[in-house]
Amino acid sequence: MLSIKNLRVSINNKEILKGVNLEVRPGEVHAIMGPNGTGKSTLASVISGREIFTVDEGEILYKGKNLLEMPVEDRASEGIFLGFQYPVEIPGVSITNFMRTAVNEQRKYHGLDPMPANEFLAKMEEKKKMLEIHAKLANRSVNEGFSGGEKKKNEIFQMAMLEPSLAILDETDSGLDIDALKIVANGVNKLRRPDNAFVVITHYQRLLEYIVPDIVHVLFDGRIVRSGGKELAIELEEKGYEWIKAELV
Amino acid sequence: MDKDPNNILEEVTQGEYKYGFYTDIEMDTAPKGLTEDTIRFISAKKNEPEWLLQFRLDAYHKWLGMTEPAWAHLHHPPIDYQNIIYYAAPKRKKELASLDEVDPELIATFNKLGISLEEQKRLSGVAVDAVIDSVSVKTTFSETLEKQGIIFCSFSEAVQKVPDLVKQYLGSVVPSEDNYFAALNSAVFSDGSFCYIPKGVRCPIELSTYFRINAANTGQFERTLIIGDENSYVSYMEGCTAPMRDENQLHAAIVEIIALKEAEVKYSTVQNWYPGNKKGEGGIYNFVTKRGICKGNNSKISWTQVETGSAITWKYPSVVLMGDNSVGEFYSVAVTNNYQQADTGSKMIHLGKNTRSTIVSKGISAGHSSNSYRGLVKMTKRAENSRNFSQCDSLLLGDKCGAHTFPYIKTENKTSIVEHEATTSKISDDQLFYCNQRGISTESAIGLIVNGYAREVLKQLPMEFAVEAQKLLSISLEGSVG
Repeated sequence: MLSIKNLRVSINNKEILKGVNLEVRPGEVHAIMGPNGTGKSTLASVISGREIFTVDEGEILYKGKNLLEMPVEDRASEGIFLGFQYPVEIPGVSITNFMRTAVNEQRKYHGLDPMPANEFLAKMEEKKKMLEIHAKLANRSVNEGFSGGEKKKNEIFQMAMLEPSLAILDETDSGLDIDALKIVANGVNKLRRPDNAFVVITHYQRLLEYIVPDIVHVLFDGRIVRSGGKELAIELEEKGYEWIKAELV
Repeated sequence: MDKDPNNILEEVTQGEYKYGFYTDIEMDTAPKGLTEDTIRFISAKKNEPEWLLQFRLDAYHKWLGMTEPAWAHLHHPPIDYQNIIYYAAPKRKKELASLDEVDPELIATFNKLGISLEEQKRLSGVAVDAVIDSVSVKTTFSETLEKQGIIFCSFSEAVQKVPDLVKQYLGSVVPSEDNYFAALNSAVFSDGSFCYIPKGVRCPIELSTYFRINAANTGQFERTLIIGDENSYVSYMEGCTAPMRDENQLHAAIVEIIALKEAEVKYSTVQNWYPGNKKGEGGIYNFVTKRGICKGNNSKISWTQVETGSAITWKYPSVVLMGDNSVGEFYSVAVTNNYQQADTGSKMIHLGKNTRSTIVSKGISAGHSSNSYRGLVKMTKRAENSRNFSQCDSLLLGDKCGAHTFPYIKTENKTSIVEHEATTSKISDDQLFYCNQRGISTESAIGLIVNGYAREVLKQLPMEFAVEAQKLLSISLEGSVG
């Protein structure tokens, strides 16, 4: 589904990703772990198409298509979803309106008519129920005045509405209390299907107690230095990132 | 009309000014230029009483002694007032009794605008006093309104039907010597709307007038007079579209509102005059004087405006709060794009005790445009315990546009409170990326963000207007980013 080969990325002439390789197949959950500042969020941004980064080398294929040639919104319509580490506020725009616009623009991309209003509202209700999200959230402006936990839950809600085939969650667990964490993890688990995949970026092993990954990668200094099963996350938690650093030197 | 806000994109990408078409209707036209004879011509055409002719001539002589104001943050080539046709009216063959008798060209025009009278009549329950080039052609729903004693007709008709009311109130809020453009309007106004709501009557429908500028080189000088008698209520809507034109067109309207004891008048505008092309050529010059007076105690006047059109907008809808406990409100969204210039805002003059006023102004600038808020809040000595709250926000798209805020505050007593808040913001790349990542194109994202920004004002508009206004905001900003 997603195939990244020798990806080298820089910002303002500073190299951040120094040759990343990654293969994600349908049905898989990948975890990318690593200390701060090693390029985890950069990887998520480049996959979703943020323009502030320069791709110096390498390729990203997604469902066989060259992702790097596609505009951000087309990537989204092709099924790539990014759960933001810091979701932005859009004052005055209700989540309902925001999601309806997103759903219908994606449908338009696929040559479909807009979703009828009643069908859309029913879908919102269904997803809210599934994620155990408080009904009030939907009528508020996008992320405006939300707590950290509410913002992250809102990201998961949007993911549920858009039904992506590849969801990248960028440190969705940061700043969450245990209850919010469970809601987020629960959402991901409920949305897991054989035909979609998740890339969960996290600093801590904690989230992976609730979302069990198939493959864990350690990103360090712009490279994936180690990949393994879920045990790798536990090992990392016990020994800390110093362990990896020490091994690499 | 399709009311789905998510179809905005299609309209946004349509490009050039959407309502730029021209209707070919026989005209009855005054010669170019302005003299006493022009005024006598207009007055005679309209079969006006002597006092009204004198009112016009008096205004004309005042105007001759005045000079065009230069204080606004606006730049335009000098206006040649002798190169303007001051009167043009569609020829009326006879009195019209039904829509079938209306010029088919006119009906076609309304259809293009999506506001066909038939549809309006049947579907939305809105009475429409349609003004094409200065003379009202068709008034609807007047029978229904008449039963309640409501008078809603063209200004000229009112002069014939209720001359005493017109004489009593005309110029009572905006005297002809008020300003240069008010004097000009008072001298040459052609037609407009008149509305009187009797004591204790709540007008059951939204009253609506669609204005159009339609003849080449014709200045449009509308005159509107709205009187809310004691304990009455009316919501009045004014919407404008204009055909594309190469030369600049002058528009100098006056709207006067009188609210007597316990009366409430709500005036909503969606203004979409032709703004000129992308290089800033052509477009309407819109110099408007709108003012209401809360004459009686506990009365209320609110102005809501969505301004997207005109090359130049010079407009300060104001409220004189004379009655004790009276309330004045001003909600505005002003969008400027390309080379448009807007200098707009409000004046709240507090004369009565315990009076309250609110100003919410949202400016949106894009392209090379200039957008200024200019406001005056005055608390006079008598206006004890009065309050004003003003909020002026500016949203900038791109880095070639300008936003300015000129708030003037004068307080002559110690018990009143005046609050002023101002912010300037931009649509951030983070917001656009966030929207893009959900599959929303940049154009739609801007429409969404701008409508969110303006929501506080848009929600003040009557429902059918709000939908139109939302679309208009997005259309106006087409191509402004990226």
